[in-house]
Amino acid sequence: MSGVEWIIPILLTVITAATPLVFAGIGELVTEKSGVLNLGVEGMLLVGAVAAFVTATVTGNYFLAVAAGALAGAFLAFLFGVLTLSLMANQVATGLALTLFGVGVSALIGQDFVGIPVDALPKLAVPGLSDIPVLGPVLFGQDALVYLSLFMAALVSWFLYRTKGGLILRAVGDSHNAAHSIGYSVIGIRYLAVMFGGAMSGVGGAYLSLAYTPMWAENMTAGRGWIALALIVFATWKPGLVVVGAYMFGGITILQLHAQAAGLDVPSQILSMLPYLATVVVLVLISKDESRIRKHAPACIGKIFHPAA
Amino acid sequence: MLLKIEKRPEPSRKMVYVTPVLALLLTVVTSMALFEFLGVNPVEALRNFFIVPINNKYGATELLVKATPLILCAIGLSVGFRANVWNIGAEGQLTFGAIVGGGVFVYFHDVDSVFLLPIMIAMGALGGAIWGGIPAFLKTRFNANEILTSLMLVYVALLLLSFLVHGPWRDPDGFNFPESRVFSDSATMPVLLEGTRLHFGTILALLAVFGTWIMLAKTLVGFQVKVIGAAPKAGAYAGFSQKKIIWFSLLFGGALAGIAGVSEVAGPVGQLLPSISPGYGFTAIIVAFLGRLHPAGIIFAGLLMALTYLGGETAQINLGLPVAVTGVFQGMVLFYLLACDVLVNYRFRFNKIGKVTS
Repeated sequence: MSGVEWIIPILLTVITAATPLVFAGIGELVTEKSGVLNLGVEGMLLVGAVAAFVTATVTGNYFLAVAAGALAGAFLAFLFGVLTLSLMANQVATGLALTLFGVGVSALIGQDFVGIPVDALPKLAVPGLSDIPVLGPVLFGQDALVYLSLFMAALVSWFLYRTKGGLILRAVGDSHNAAHSIGYSVIGIRYLAVMFGGAMSGVGGAYLSLAYTPMWAENMTAGRGWIALALIVFATWKPGLVVVGAYMFGGITILQLHAQAAGLDVPSQILSMLPYLATVVVLVLISKDESRIRKHAPACIGKIFHPAA
Repeated sequence: MLLKIEKRPEPSRKMVYVTPVLALLLTVVTSMALFEFLGVNPVEALRNFFIVPINNKYGATELLVKATPLILCAIGLSVGFRANVWNIGAEGQLTFGAIVGGGVFVYFHDVDSVFLLPIMIAMGALGGAIWGGIPAFLKTRFNANEILTSLMLVYVALLLLSFLVHGPWRDPDGFNFPESRVFSDSATMPVLLEGTRLHFGTILALLAVFGTWIMLAKTLVGFQVKVIGAAPKAGAYAGFSQKKIIWFSLLFGGALAGIAGVSEVAGPVGQLLPSISPGYGFTAIIVAFLGRLHPAGIIFAGLLMALTYLGGETAQINLGLPVAVTGVFQGMVLFYLLACDVLVNYRFRFNKIGKVTS
């Protein structure tokens, strides 16, 4: 058994690095499936992270902390909805505004909390099962949010493709005029999808500040929100592939950390570029087949809906 | 329904000018509430934010110093935004421009020549254009989304700069601090006004504004940018190449951001450091929109956003307000602007209940 045990800490850290991306990616997937492109994921992750961290430090209650993260993310997403859905602002510009705003607001809220340590989110231990060598700690010894992220991915996949609600959501994203004329409330459904995306990003942010690195630092998301957006293109808007992609990126992030720790003779800054460069490479590989993107992307994505009647 | 949003037959020209002012007013009112919440007298805070920083000659020149990189970046971005090319990586293009332009000094630090600075500026522009050209290449050749690629390259450029000043470009006499040599006089932007930091970069920014104005108003490529942005199908029908405009926007925006980078490290910063910009490249996005993507508007918007940097510092020193207020303020301006812009293309109609509108 000793031959594979070195891999346990690596697998464990891959999971923690991937989890925020799963949350943010799955949430944004639902938003995009409804035909809305919210580029503010980075901002929503940040406010989620700071809201959760502040709540955890003040109350010590992790359940409340995660809920606060979700609420903060959903609130920011609601603002995005007011601008793009009710006031018909450009989605790209508003998403950028959301990120810039989120960076500022989170820095303001978190300024008195920089450098304060907090206990990491407790790991669950399924009695008996988590003692199994290798598989035990990896599969059965994670914190609750890891399981929640995978559960949410499965739930979203089931909702989108196996329920009537999912069908309506996709219809709104693929043809808002048709959905409107059948009588569905395009704007209402999109508000829900956008806020769900925000809440999920908020939980992803909470995971960053409570579990991945249990602390708060300005801009601590370091571009993960944007990587989550790239993941969705990579996954051609399929929930299962979003999870696969998130774990791949988690792997790349952890690989470079371990390479640094192992004293590989490459400067740390160059290794740190890897996740960003990998994102670019993956985007290029997926996007070059234009017809595949067009086939899978929601047809109304980014388009403004204004009922003529 | 009592309140109805109705599309205007054509965009309101009046509202184009009214909404930025309206957005500012709303931002000021909201920030006053925020100041109150933070336990600071709102009027006193506003005075420290907007008046104290520039009520003397030095402060006024500092405003121009801060506005310079913002205007340079925003002018470049505005051309792309007009053509629906979403370059949001100006911060990376600024950084790479500073690396390439500043790198000239690192390798020729003992050269004392009048040509050194012009070469650095040119190389800075080239560096920025290269960093902007990568998303252009990936977009035109592989259809990769330029928003995501240009943003990813920001992180790559920042890490590259950090690597260089920690490693090969570190000042050999610098006690191991992560910084390059301090730029010599012949590698430094000439100061325009004795006793201030106002430098030649401001003139470059004004030239860029003026040049872009002429380019948009008088040249074919400027016309193509506007047509492709406003009506892509009409542009295609007229035979304008979408790809050419993507290349042009990103190279042009990158080059101007690169010049901004050089003008910072060869100006107020004076050497290469791990961090050379407080996010000018991102704030420039706000400047471009607040300035209505128009060169003249961008000057005003650039000055205003520069003032929020100065005001944030002043309010921190005098009132103990957290410096992060600047970021909140900047984000809020853009938020309100986008919200108010509904008035450009739509109008609100109040209907009496029960009365049917035709």
